[in-house]
Order: sequence, then C-alpha cells, then structure tokens
Amino acid sequence: MNAGSLVVDTISIAVDGRRLIADLSFRVDAGEALSIMGPSGAGKSALLSFIGGHLDPVFRASGRVWLDDCEVTHLSAERRGIGVLFQDDLLFPHLSVGGNVAFGLTAAVRGREARRTAVAQALDEAGLGGFQDRDPATLSGGQRARVALMRSLAATPKALLLDEPFSKLDLDLRREFRRFVFDTARRRGLPVVLVTHDPADAEAAGGALARIG
Amino acid sequence: MMARTAEAVVYALIGIPVLGGLAVTLAASLGFLPALGGDAFSLAAWGRLFAEPGLGGTLRLTIGVGFAATALSLALSFAVLAKLSGRRSGGRLDAALAPLLASPHSTIAIGLAFLIAPSGWLVRLLSPWATGLTTPPDLIIVGDAGGLSLALGLVLKETPFLVAVGLTAIRQFPAEANLRAARGLGFEPATAWLLVVAPQLYPRMRFPVYAVLAYSLSAVDMALVLAPSHPAPLSILALRWLLSPDLADVFPGEAAAMLQLALVVAALVVWRLAEGIATALLLRRAESGARDGGRFVVSAFATLGAMTFVLGFAALLGLGLWAFAWRWTFPHAFPEQWSLALILGRFQRLAEPLTTTIELALVSALGALALAIAWLENEDRRGRRTEPVLIFTPLLLPQIAFLFGAETLFAALRLDGSLAAVAWAHALFVFPYVWLALADSWRALDPRYARAATALGAGRLTTLLRVKLPILLGPLSLAFAIGVAVSVAQYLATLFAGGGRVTTLTTEALALAAGGDRRLSAIVGLAQAFVPLAFYLVALATPCLVYARRKGLQAP
Repeated sequence: MNAGSLVVDTISIAVDGRRLIADLSFRVDAGEALSIMGPSGAGKSALLSFIGGHLDPVFRASGRVWLDDCEVTHLSAERRGIGVLFQDDLLFPHLSVGGNVAFGLTAAVRGREARRTAVAQALDEAGLGGFQDRDPATLSGGQRARVALMRSLAATPKALLLDEPFSKLDLDLRREFRRFVFDTARRRGLPVVLVTHDPADAEAAGGALARIG
Repeated sequence: MMARTAEAVVYALIGIPVLGGLAVTLAASLGFLPALGGDAFSLAAWGRLFAEPGLGGTLRLTIGVGFAATALSLALSFAVLAKLSGRRSGGRLDAALAPLLASPHSTIAIGLAFLIAPSGWLVRLLSPWATGLTTPPDLIIVGDAGGLSLALGLVLKETPFLVAVGLTAIRQFPAEANLRAARGLGFEPATAWLLVVAPQLYPRMRFPVYAVLAYSLSAVDMALVLAPSHPAPLSILALRWLLSPDLADVFPGEAAAMLQLALVVAALVVWRLAEGIATALLLRRAESGARDGGRFVVSAFATLGAMTFVLGFAALLGLGLWAFAWRWTFPHAFPEQWSLALILGRFQRLAEPLTTTIELALVSALGALALAIAWLENEDRRGRRTEPVLIFTPLLLPQIAFLFGAETLFAALRLDGSLAAVAWAHALFVFPYVWLALADSWRALDPRYARAATALGAGRLTTLLRVKLPILLGPLSLAFAIGVAVSVAQYLATLFAGGGRVTTLTTEALALAAGGDRRLSAIVGLAQAFVPLAFYLVALATPCLVYARRKGLQAP
C-alpha cells in the first residue's frame, strides 16, 4: 500500500479562552501507531477532530497537518482522506450492513458488480461474510464495531484516527477487536493515532505514547 | 450560502407581515390609513372604542376566559403527565390523541356546540329517561354570558396539545431516574412528580404555554362559535368593526386590535411573574421535608383531564353522526335514519374549498419544512445555535393585531386576495410549529453521524441528503403533518390575506356555523378534521413502512 506518514506540526487548541493543547507536534509513519493518553476534558477528542477536519467552530485552533508530504490543514474533512472510528460505531441506521460499507466505498471502484464484490470482500475480511442485507441494529456490539472499521477502510483512507473505539466493548471483545484493528491498519500501512484512557489499549497499539493535559 | 439565504428569507417572510402589520395597525388606530382617507393624527378611534357600551364586560370576559382556560389546560395536562409517568403508555397516548391534535380549533368548537347545546347530543343521550325532557330545554348553554362554553372549548383543544408537548419535553431530561431517586427518599409518587419533575418540565414547555395563553386571550375562530355576543370578547369586537360595511369602522377596529395586543402583552408579563411566585412556593415546599400531599389533587385533575379527552372525541363523533343523519329528532339518542345522499350531494360544494385547503397546506407546509431544514443545517455548519425569537412572534401576539395590517401590505404588493398571499399568511403560523417540531430531533441527532460520513469522503450536501435527512425521516414527516394541520386550521389569516375571496374548509365551516343547517355544518367540520388527520396518519406510517426492516429507526 502506498500510504505515507502523518505529520502534526505545532498544534494549539483553545476553547472559551482556555488552552487545551499547546504546541503539540508529532510524526506517525506508515504502519505505525501513536497513542495519546490524558484525562477527560484534556482535549484528546478535539485534537483528533482537528486532524480529521471536524473541529467544532467553538474551538480556536492553529497548527498544520501533513499527510503523505501534502499539507491537508485547509482541506475540508471529506477531502482529507483521514478515516475516523468513534467510541460508538455510528453505523447509519437507515442503511443495511452492506449499504453502510458501500456508502464508504471509494468511487474509484466502479460498476454495480465490482462494488458489490468489494463490499462482500470487506465483510469477509471482517468475518462477517453474508451479512450484506442485515439490519445493523440486529448485530452484536463486536460485529457492529467491525463493520464500522470496514466502512472506514472502504474509503481507502491515508490515515486512521481512533477516538476511544474500544471503550464501550467488554473485555474479551475489546482485546479481539483491538488486535483486528491494529493488524489491519499495519497490513495496509496506515499511520494510526489513538486516544484512550486505557493503558492496555496503548500497549496493544505497540507504538509511541504521548500524554496531554 | 444557500442556508444563509434561507435565514434571511425566514426573517423577511415573518418580519415583514408581522412588524409591518403591527405598524399599520398602530398607525390606523391613530388615524393614519391613507387607503381609507385617514391622513391626520386623531384619537377619535380610541374615543369610539372606550365609548363602546359593555367594554368593561368585554374585557372581563376576555381576561377571565384567557387565564382560566390556560391555567386549567396546564393543570390538567400536568396531572395527566404525572399519572402517566412510570408507565410505558406515553407514546400510545400521543398517537391516540392525534385526532384531537390534528383537528382545527373551529372543528372542535363546532363539535362541542353540537354536543352541549340544549338540543345537542349530550341532552339527547340523557333524555327522556334521566331528564324527563321531550323537547330541548330553554337554556343558553353555547355562548353563555360567562364564557364557560368558550373556556371549555379552549381547554378541550389545548389540554391534549400541552400533554403532547409535555411528552416530548419530558424525554429531554432523566425524569424517571429523578422520580425514582425522590421515591427512594420517601416521597409519594404524586408529590415527587410535582416537586422534582414539574419544575424541570415547565421551563421546557414555557413557550407553548405562552402561545396557549396568547391564543386563549385572542382566539377568533373558537369565539365565533362559542362566545357570547353581548358583551363579546375583545377579538370579536375588533373583528366586527374591521369587517363592517362602513369603512370608517376600521379605525375603532384597529384601536380594539391594539388594545388586544396590549392585553396579551400585559397578560404574558403577569403570567411570567406568577411563574416566579409558583416556583418559589414549590421550592419552599420541596425543602420543607413534607413527603406527601398533592395526591388527591393530581388524581382529581387527571380524571378531569381524561374527561376532556372523552368530551373532545365525543364532539368529533357527534359531528360524524350529524353528517350521516337523515332524520334525527329530539330526544332520540341516535339518528333514526341515516343517509349518504347528503354528503354525496354536497360534495360539489365541498370540492373547491377542499382543493384550496390542500393546496394551501401543501405549499405552506412544504415551504416551511424546506426553510426549517435550511435553517437547522446552517446552524450545524456554523456550529452555533440560534434562538430565533422573531419567528415565534406570530404565535405570541394576537393575530388580529397584525393580520389586518398585513393585508394592507399585501395589497400594496398587489398580492391581496391571491393564493400566494394566503399561503404566506399561513406560513407565519406554520413555520414556527414546523421548526419547533423538527428542531429538537435535529439537534439531538448525534453530530458524529455527519462526521463519520465526511470522514468517508461525503460532502456536506451528500451528508445532508443521504445521512441526516433519511435518519430524520420520522421527525420530518411529523413536522410536515403538523404544518398541514396548522395551515388547515387558519381562519383569520385566510379571511384577511384572501380578502374574503379565498374559501377554505375552515372559512366555510365558520360561515356555516352561524347558520342553522347542522348537517351541512357537520359535513364541512368533518372534512376539516379529516384532511389534517389523514396527513398525520400518513406521517406516522411513513417511517414504519420505509424502514420496516430497520430496527434502529422504529419510532420511539
């Protein structure tokens, strides 16, 4: 895969005149993971939102984001090519499981048949072969989490942001899904930024660790 | 960009007729109305208003009915909500009340009049076995001088409205958990509800309560059917002058409309002050340590509340009986002979107002829905919520204070008497209700759905069309149906903006209510209730049909 590195350059974020993050810089190479830990309200999610381009206008932020040696700071979220997994799976409730993955699937895959095949392959990869027509509401939490990951990857992102996506799963599931996420990201050569409360998450990520707040 | 334009359009659409209309009314009450040759300052209009015999009675009636109906509707709806808490029947009650919520005020008024009149269904049901009557009693029940029947009509319509509003508002905070906590501290359920839930619920439904108060003080449609004629409520006094063949009467009519405005504004201030006192008393009670009390009152009021629902349904049912009755002499409890012929025969007469009604409802409700979507989407994009006070003014001010003035403005734009002008006037009332019906659900939608979509490469428009709107299909269709119901119910807006030339089911129903033909009146009234109800049912069914296989989107 051709994904490169994610570089974050002197980011500062403030809200209501209160400084959350000051002059934070880091670099995550392809296939590597960076874990960011810190207490609630320290600005972990705001940091990910800034990198992904989703930051709420109430925040004031400065700094630059580079992806694959291209600056993306001024691109809108949908044009950055940065995938996000949230604490909740956020599968679109009005679409089927396959529909959710197809929603994410890059437009580069053309033709009804080719797209259908790509969706089926993605679900197979997640151990959910044959789930295309299922209603997401009928899936277990672990299955939904995997669909959310496949949906993100179907858009062929150049980097992946993880906003505590494991925190709502129970322990066994958490371990299994965590491994699945990091293995998949490594295989695809994606730089990953993870924010979490749980040291075990950071350990599983296997990369560098930063603390904020 | 488009979204920002929508905001400007809303402000213009509502601001121009309301503020402009108020300005025209004020100017006319002071003698300025060039169209009618008024071009000099004069207090003559006010002089005529205050010289009107019975004005004191008019004001007493207006204020008494307005406050009594509002306070009673609020008390009954709170008692019903208190009784419902802890049960899962809230959603079902909402749906069960749909016919009362969807029916225009004037339908309920006409149905109630037919129900409680001396020769009405109620007396017939009780005669002669209980009352001994074989001819209708010689009583004035409908239009009684004290305004009791008018107040009852208002309570019949507003109690279900406040219950529905309350059922939505109560989901916005953890009412059940609070209640369990209070009961764990030894409070009786009714007491716990009054001391813990009510103070959190009321601020969330304050605005609808104000709208009920303003409406109860100034209603024209219900008053035309149920109010006494001497002294009449202030709104009717103003209307008589404004519609008088003698054009010089417009001036005192506008003065009466301004007095009506002052009355409503003063009443809202008084109500606000009373809220403060009631809250202080409640809080003192909550800290006093008393853990019981209020149970009997809550039960009694909840029973009364349920009785108003029954009475409301009986009013609609009675209309149905009259519409299909061929022969129904006193004191038979039910028609002796039924017939479809009359309905079919009158269909010709109904067809045109029916078409006009539906056209106006579709245009104003769809327009309002599109603007509300643009407004809320704009909020999302700016990340800042706006609390648009101006858009609610049409609901908080007496209609008569600005609609007649707005007609003057429409005339200046050469729009008067056109369907466009009437749809515009309807939209003044449709938009705020559609906005209110949509805003909570829209804002409650997890913003991360949109973020997830953009992270997948979807632009804003795609996200709106393919993610947000489909997920919000249920609230959208309900907001649309509410918009239709509001439009169908409009009387004064149709009358004034249409210059008397646009006939809808509602103007037809109220024109007929003054006449003596009960069957014809009932047929029109029934049609008037049927149109919004049909849209309601379609709106409730739409998400269930479209998302039959999506459990995550089944109605809450």
